[in-house]
Amino acid sequence: MIKINSKKLAKFLGLKAVRLMILLIAIAAISFIMIQLSPIDPVRAYLGQRIVSQEQLAIMGEYWGTNLSLGERVMGWLSTLASGSMGFSLIYRVPVTEVIVQKFTASLTLMVSSWIISGIFGFLLGVLAGAKEGTWIDKVIKTYCYILQSSPTFWIGLVLLMVFSVYLGWFPIGLSVPIGQLSDTVTFWQWLHRLILPAFTLSIVEIASLTMYTRDKLINVKKSDYFLFAQARGESFWGIIKNHGIRNILIPAITIQFMSFNELFGGTILVEQVFAYPGIGQATVAAGLRSDVPLLLGIVLISTIFVFAGNLIADIIYQYVDPRLRGEDDD
Amino acid sequence: MTEAPWYNKGLFSSLNLRQKTLLTIGLTGLVLFVIFICGWMIDANLPTDFTMKMQAPSFLHPFGTDWMGRDMFTRTIKGLSLSIVIGIGASIISSIIATILAFVASVNKWFDEFVSWLIDLFASIPHILLIMMISIALGKGAFGVIMAVAFSHWVNLTRVLRAEVLQINTSEYVALSNRLGRSKLWIAKEHILPLVLSQIFVGTLLVFPHAIMHEASVTFLGFGLSPHEPAIGIILSESMSYLAMGAWWLAFFPGLALLIVVLLFDIIGDNLKRLLDPGEANN
Repeated sequence: MIKINSKKLAKFLGLKAVRLMILLIAIAAISFIMIQLSPIDPVRAYLGQRIVSQEQLAIMGEYWGTNLSLGERVMGWLSTLASGSMGFSLIYRVPVTEVIVQKFTASLTLMVSSWIISGIFGFLLGVLAGAKEGTWIDKVIKTYCYILQSSPTFWIGLVLLMVFSVYLGWFPIGLSVPIGQLSDTVTFWQWLHRLILPAFTLSIVEIASLTMYTRDKLINVKKSDYFLFAQARGESFWGIIKNHGIRNILIPAITIQFMSFNELFGGTILVEQVFAYPGIGQATVAAGLRSDVPLLLGIVLISTIFVFAGNLIADIIYQYVDPRLRGEDDD
Repeated sequence: MTEAPWYNKGLFSSLNLRQKTLLTIGLTGLVLFVIFICGWMIDANLPTDFTMKMQAPSFLHPFGTDWMGRDMFTRTIKGLSLSIVIGIGASIISSIIATILAFVASVNKWFDEFVSWLIDLFASIPHILLIMMISIALGKGAFGVIMAVAFSHWVNLTRVLRAEVLQINTSEYVALSNRLGRSKLWIAKEHILPLVLSQIFVGTLLVFPHAIMHEASVTFLGFGLSPHEPAIGIILSESMSYLAMGAWWLAFFPGLALLIVVLLFDIIGDNLKRLLDPGEANN
């Protein structure tokens, strides 16, 4: 049974919350300043190709505060943020929070499914390669990982798209909804049909690092004294791997998987772009290319929280779930 | 003792690891150099020939031709050499940043805390998003991309160097040097820098593959190099429009070539790391 020292956990979480607040304020300020330094003129970006007179431009500039100093603007952005508003998206014409909630839930299915698939298969492949170290199975798995670690995510997506959608015709080329249909009339199967290829791409890319990590850990375990002793007792090979290997490497592997949220988010942006999957990644690219500054800043903050959450869970698992570490502090 | 990787086996099994490592470094370096020189000599304005457009790969055009009849092989080589230049620029700048920060961290406790905080800060924004932001802030184009990639890849090397510098700082000869009245700057220059130089060198090479891949990724998304530049990212994002027509060679070969270049740099970096690690070098 997992017994958690609630007082210590509360202190730990409190400290983490303070850290997150400081981090978010710093990132909000820095990213805001970065955007302000860019040559993009917000008034021009908002108006697009429309022609307006010089006076109207000045009025808009004053309304939006482009004539204020940088310091005043940063403080203004932070205080609005503190009141819970992230502003108004220029592309989607709705509050930024609404866009993010909607797009993020669409992406979450993609991210969660590929995270779980890559976690399970990455771990199994790593155990297999580590247990069979030096054999052809190990070499095949290692070569696969080497190649995948050096290949750009979006190119893997393009190749899969060419093979499965264009050549074999099994999956549609893009979009999460068939053309000419409203998003709420889509059946579950249609939706799943369009999710498979992006999720698959993201999974096979994410597998590589976890597999290599698990493999190295298992090889270390195999060199240990207790492993040798278990062999001397005459236990079966896979029995030892199960009882001594997997038990020792499962927690570090799960921790690593939680710490991969950073790459997961980056991969999602690329995969969504390739498969035209309308989620947070497409919104990010659109916001960046069409200078939708409020939305872009909102996404930066949300992704920071996302990555932070992954690292926090990894920390908690590391400190509280591992029986050896827990035992030392509880007494 | 770890086992030599697959690329160090086979043909040259009579050589020892050091010789084999040097040989692989030499060969892969040569390949990359040839790609770079070829790309540099190719004129950016390739001849267009509309009678030859959208040709599948053949002996005349090993990678096929694009929608304007340009030879894809030439375009790919040109793109790769541009990637190599950007990779070199970005990795050198990022290791300079890492070195400076590692030394700043060694000044006192507060500076150390600050650098650690900075590392946390940069590690908590997804890489691609950070590169996009910096690229937008500096204006798109080669300069923006080099800076963006450099400013997002110093984190790992800084972590390594910081630990290394901290360790050297506790050694007796540094304490002795301090007592003899040498300034901190002198100690950093004469005692610490020579010892971490090999780390910096390997670190620079290891950043390289990531730099190239991230450059291609942001360019693919439309934030990196401008569309008229012959980058791999541009070629691949262009190819998206022709995929449905079955023009698979437009995306397949340029991406594969990029993969090979990244893999070659990985091999050089990996082998150099083995060579400079005294525990492994003489196996």
